[in-house]
Amino acid sequence: MEAKGNTKNLLRQNAIWLVFVVEVIFFAICSQGTFVTPGNITNILRQVSYYGIASVGMTFVILIGGIDLSIGSIITLVNMVCAYMMVNMNMHWTISVLAVLVIGVIIGLLNGFMVAKIGIPALIATFAAQTVFEGLAYILTAGMPVSGFNKTYPAMNFFARSTVDLPFISIPWCAIIMVACLGIGSFILNRSYFGRYFYAIGGNEEAAELSGILVDKMKILIYALSGFFAALAGIVMLSRTGSAQATVGKGKEFDVITCVVLGGVSVNGGVGKISGVVAGVFIIGCLTNGLILMNVSEYIQMVVKGLVLAAAVGLDCMSNKGKSN
Amino acid sequence: MSEDFVLELEHIRKEYPGVVALKDVTLQLRRGEILGLIGENGAGKSTLIKCCSGAVVPTSGKIKINGKEFDRMTPQLAAENGIAIIYQEFNNVKELSAAENMFLGRPIRKGITIDRKAMEAEAAKAFEQLHIKINPRELVKNLSVGYQQMIEIAKAIQQNAQVLIMDEPSAPLTNNEVDAMFEVVNLLRNKGVSIIYISHRLEEIFYLSDRIEVIRDGEYVDTLITPNATEDQLIQMMVGREMTQKFPERKPCVDESKVVLELKNVCGNGDKNMSLKIHAGEVLGLGGLVGAGRTELAQVIFGAKPKESGQMFLNGKEINPKTPREAIDLGIAMLPEDRKRHGALLGVSIKNNINMPTYDRISKATVIDLKTERERAEKYRKEIQIKCPTINQLVKNLSGGNQQKVILGKWLAADSQLIIFDEPTRGIDVGAKYEIYKLINELVEQGRAVLMISSEMEELIGMSDRIIVLAEREMTGELKKEEFDANTIMAMASAIVDQGK
Repeated sequence: MEAKGNTKNLLRQNAIWLVFVVEVIFFAICSQGTFVTPGNITNILRQVSYYGIASVGMTFVILIGGIDLSIGSIITLVNMVCAYMMVNMNMHWTISVLAVLVIGVIIGLLNGFMVAKIGIPALIATFAAQTVFEGLAYILTAGMPVSGFNKTYPAMNFFARSTVDLPFISIPWCAIIMVACLGIGSFILNRSYFGRYFYAIGGNEEAAELSGILVDKMKILIYALSGFFAALAGIVMLSRTGSAQATVGKGKEFDVITCVVLGGVSVNGGVGKISGVVAGVFIIGCLTNGLILMNVSEYIQMVVKGLVLAAAVGLDCMSNKGKSN
Repeated sequence: MSEDFVLELEHIRKEYPGVVALKDVTLQLRRGEILGLIGENGAGKSTLIKCCSGAVVPTSGKIKINGKEFDRMTPQLAAENGIAIIYQEFNNVKELSAAENMFLGRPIRKGITIDRKAMEAEAAKAFEQLHIKINPRELVKNLSVGYQQMIEIAKAIQQNAQVLIMDEPSAPLTNNEVDAMFEVVNLLRNKGVSIIYISHRLEEIFYLSDRIEVIRDGEYVDTLITPNATEDQLIQMMVGREMTQKFPERKPCVDESKVVLELKNVCGNGDKNMSLKIHAGEVLGLGGLVGAGRTELAQVIFGAKPKESGQMFLNGKEINPKTPREAIDLGIAMLPEDRKRHGALLGVSIKNNINMPTYDRISKATVIDLKTERERAEKYRKEIQIKCPTINQLVKNLSGGNQQKVILGKWLAADSQLIIFDEPTRGIDVGAKYEIYKLINELVEQGRAVLMISSEMEELIGMSDRIIVLAEREMTGELKKEEFDANTIMAMASAIVDQGK
């Protein structure tokens, strides 16, 4: 009986990867051979890297029972400011990149301050931040795209365009950055005491505080981390597109939230692992890529992604109900 | 034969993956009787009543209601057959009136609109039947916990419940409210309603019940006629071994020369002018009525609530903790009254709970030393005998007594010098209580100081070296061991209240 229970558990814990395999097989068949090719795999890796990077911060946020809607606008702002600094202000690319990473952290700190110190619900606080910074990004260039920085600074191509070439496949550097970020995220959750604190806060804030955890500080730290990873994702995106657009980050927070929730991080907080989020990232990445290959329109893609998000949260809620019986 | 019984549970067994919650429990409830159901935490009482309500499906066994046999209940079947359960947590909507709550989910309609007048009239009738004075139009949020419970009972009766199962009904109530509840329960028995009454408080069981059923470790032990039963006998049946005394012996260990904590005119969190001393090796009992300001004082000492004026000294040094973190680092610990909400992190493992306040001490550059983490958890698991298969088990799966031990374990790991217990044994069964008392003894024998808040007079007198009594947010008296007396303490606890009148 025990052994049976274990197999069942193993299956349940890895059900998400099963979904991924089924998805790959589906697209492999339906795309008539264009999906599983070395070129397309490189392409998918490039596309998922910004989800993957941003989802590390979002995982922490959702783990403590919060949400961060501002990361789409952080991505936009990072794109605009970074390109603007290089092109219009002739700043060196390293300074520009560092500056926007700092901006990401500052926006995160601001979110954290609103949530932890003032007590604004995370949904509203980060939604307000989203609106403000999206507006600022637009104001900076009156909505005009900024490009040409990669001619002055070819190094800007490095993040997304340069690849490590292996015998069968080329791996873009941004995918390696993503793996590093996910690795760091997993390390923080499993080996550093911050991880223990995050799970504790997500489980029960009051009890966590009374166990000596400085809950407010942790919250601010987490939103700052979320801002940092979102900014990093923004830089990767800028490198990929080679031009900063004022709409580039719009709605990206929903893709990232979908990845994280699909990966089994409970929206009620306290439960989740990076390994699951990796699966979530690849499922959403392949879904987007596969649908494009099959010439499915952008609007139908939206419908599909929305349904996936609802299904993921639904499964989470249903398994919670099952447990309480 | 069987028509004498309203409800019969025959050889109920419930297995969860890896655990057997109920091995074999049989229960027979006669018409118009009060059956006391007792057993330690984790004995299976809750699972058993969930089998009656349909919330849990038994693995095997039969349920008979008025002789009619069922393999399982569903919430709907239970309601149709007149079984109602009063849980510890009420299912009421605070923003609705008493009457609306009574008819929640099944309002009386007039056409397509809700007939509020009819509902209020029906509710008033039901309240009158039970001799309860509640205005049906009053919002539930304005009613005391006692009245909220009355609404639940009235609702069950209004729905023609023949069997009323009450799970620890007295736990959230004040003494006066308990008396009122007893009256209603007796009234119901006289009307022919059969009642299963679950409680940890044996005196209530003796006062109310006609018969007492004991279960232990998911198994039926025995059923006794109440007048023939003795308290010692019941306790022995529940824990499965002889209990010679309620409070374990303690070596004299108070060191009057070492003051661990001293408060001088501390005000804050509603409390006024608190001055006290706790010595090394001493259990200082803090008595008083609910709301007297005892928990509030503990919160100030632990840094959870701000101190407004006055001074606090720990080992002679003035301290001023602003957060629990600071208090913990100073060597102060608190085991809160509401374990599930404030004490243990239920969704987190035993290992992580024990190490939670001290991760910074076993980490280098924020990276945890996993070996030390495991060893410390194993150490305290052994030392205070936390009963669990592994230290990776989630705390929510432990019984109340073991949860309390985990919380104590984390404070021992934090090397706390002053440990504040707020109602250390609330909701903990008899056997585990004794173990908690033994642990408190060990703490003071090691030279630590304990501040114990307790509303149980017996516990307060049995465990304390000295008692300070609060009333209405002020100190009203201090008693040395030889002066302990329940009546004196009660008088002090209500001193200011009387003056006020």
